[in-house]
Amino acid sequence: MSAAAIDVYGLVKCFGNKVAVDGVDLKMPEGQVWGFLGPNGSGKTTTIRMICGLLTADEGGGQCLGFDIRKDANLIKQATGYMTQKFSFWEDLTIRENLAFVARLYRMPRMGRKIDETLEGLGLSQRQNQLAGSLSGGWKQRLALAAVTMHSPRLLLLDEPTAGVDPQARRDFWDEIHLLSSKGLTVLVSTHYMDEAERCDAIVYLAHGKLITQGPVHDIIDKAGLFSFRLVGEGVRELTEAFRGQSGVDHAAYYGNALYISGRNRNALEQAIRDVAPDHVTAEEVKPTLEDVFIELMEQAGTDKRMHG
Amino acid sequence: MFGNASRVSAVFTKELIQMRRDRLTFAMMIMIPIVQLILFGYAINLDPKNLPTAVVAEEQTPIVRSILQGLKVSGYYDIILETDDPHKSNELFASGQAVFLVHIPSGFSERLVRGDRPQILIEADASDPAAASNAVARAETIVNRALRHHLKGPLAFLNAAPEPADVIIQSRYNPEAITQYNIVPGLLGVILTMTLVMITSVAMTREVERGTLENLLAMPAKPAEVMIGKITPYVGVGAVQVIIVLLTARYLFDVPFQGTLSTLTFGVTLFIIANLSVGFTFSTIARTQMQAIQMTFFFFLPSLLLSGFMFPFRGMPHWAQWIGEALPLTHFLRIVRGVMLKGGSLIELQMEFLALAAFILAAGTVALLRYQRTLD
Repeated sequence: MSAAAIDVYGLVKCFGNKVAVDGVDLKMPEGQVWGFLGPNGSGKTTTIRMICGLLTADEGGGQCLGFDIRKDANLIKQATGYMTQKFSFWEDLTIRENLAFVARLYRMPRMGRKIDETLEGLGLSQRQNQLAGSLSGGWKQRLALAAVTMHSPRLLLLDEPTAGVDPQARRDFWDEIHLLSSKGLTVLVSTHYMDEAERCDAIVYLAHGKLITQGPVHDIIDKAGLFSFRLVGEGVRELTEAFRGQSGVDHAAYYGNALYISGRNRNALEQAIRDVAPDHVTAEEVKPTLEDVFIELMEQAGTDKRMHG
Repeated sequence: MFGNASRVSAVFTKELIQMRRDRLTFAMMIMIPIVQLILFGYAINLDPKNLPTAVVAEEQTPIVRSILQGLKVSGYYDIILETDDPHKSNELFASGQAVFLVHIPSGFSERLVRGDRPQILIEADASDPAAASNAVARAETIVNRALRHHLKGPLAFLNAAPEPADVIIQSRYNPEAITQYNIVPGLLGVILTMTLVMITSVAMTREVERGTLENLLAMPAKPAEVMIGKITPYVGVGAVQVIIVLLTARYLFDVPFQGTLSTLTFGVTLFIIANLSVGFTFSTIARTQMQAIQMTFFFFLPSLLLSGFMFPFRGMPHWAQWIGEALPLTHFLRIVRGVMLKGGSLIELQMEFLALAAFILAAGTVALLRYQRTLD
């Protein structure tokens, strides 16, 4: 068996005349946590579905956990846990009934004990007879995660698992993911949150159905060749629009009481600061953030050209 | 005050846009009236003609020929078998392929000429009292009018008598022509069709609507496993309904039960499965529960009107009968009426059982093929 948990190439998927995924190659080693990033509609969900055998690729192929993604969809389903974007367990079943249903579909041995253990691990033993629909968003996500890992999968595919979840629940969720990863589980998780991306061993960035870049976070930041400046001083927020109009400034955003500008040409940025910023504003060069890099990548990717007649 | 007109028009416009987006609902709104009008306007006929008739003629004379000719010309009787073997014709009658059995005894012509007013026996299948009533009412007139052509010259004196031949009409299977005997067993089929198709189509569509289907598909359950697992509880629901209807038929409406329970059970089982596979097929096409219910009605209406439940099946034009033959309710009605009113056996009703089995095979295949493609 290869050391790659996922090894797919040239994946293409069209819906009608719209190309959702356009030639994605992905090789992910076992035991790592990878982040799957990209704007909405960039093809993340479709790619994940092709990897776990829910969708058949129009073109391309490859392996997932050593199984052919075209022929062995059922074997892949046995060995992976897939958590959908929207909570997709049965809200009119109780927490325990949901887990029992999953356990029986996977034909788990010693089911009752396994379910008890899972409930305990979740801290939901007391509430096991409550309807799943009555849980809050954060708890639903934890239940879903427990349900998709109950059969001890080797690969976990999580599709925006923390969308709409509060920061504390998000942090707990990620602690859980790292715990699972430390036990040898491979995790591919799609997200829009930069802090989550920075918790990953590597990230893959998709835009308009194409893979734009991949690698560890710091590599991606270095590779981008981007420069950033942080401007502080009275009235910097009002300068945001002025900077956006300057050549060489790709990105200007105000947060944390400072204005951040970034671009690919340091000299042009410095020139822009001289032209626009009043004297009392101080500027210092800072390391670009992942968000700066992504916005840059998105702009480079240009408009969506996937519509075909 | 009715409020602000521009807000009313804002809601009105939004509603129109949404109506247009929901293609299926839109199609249904247009299609249902058109289909109903054309299908039912032309198909439903309360004065059924061309009713299949089996003739046992024990003699072949010009007089017998002109009686049969007269029956044919009247438009009510379509002679599908002419034989001198009563077994053959009885078989046709028992299986429901013939609605009338005309019996002309030997010596009929001779006795007619003698002025003895000989008898002709017409047996009518009264398991559906409405179907045969007009044909029965006119039988005597039709036979005697046909005879009068022959009674000329030396035989003209026979025309003076009230009627040259005596037409005896016997109703079989439901001699008192009690409508409930026909309707109540039929209702069993109608109730099963409506509830089971609707419940199954909604059960699966609910998974799509709530997003739980994706989860189900991501887990290692095969389409057939999901389909069988989903359908089975509703087989139980159907069984409960059957018991309720049969008990009601027996104790409230006193409907006779001539046949065997095992034959009926077999028929009911096939029929329930047929309806569930239709429901499952719908659920793989419909995107919302609302659409599933609309499709159920689109299936239910022709089942109700073209199956022979509300209107005599034989009275419909041929194309409508063909549509009717494609509906499981048509065959189930023949089974349930055949078993309860006529004591029909598995052998006599084998064509209906085969038709139901073929329907299940077709609908089940479509359902499975559609289900596999749900996400793609």
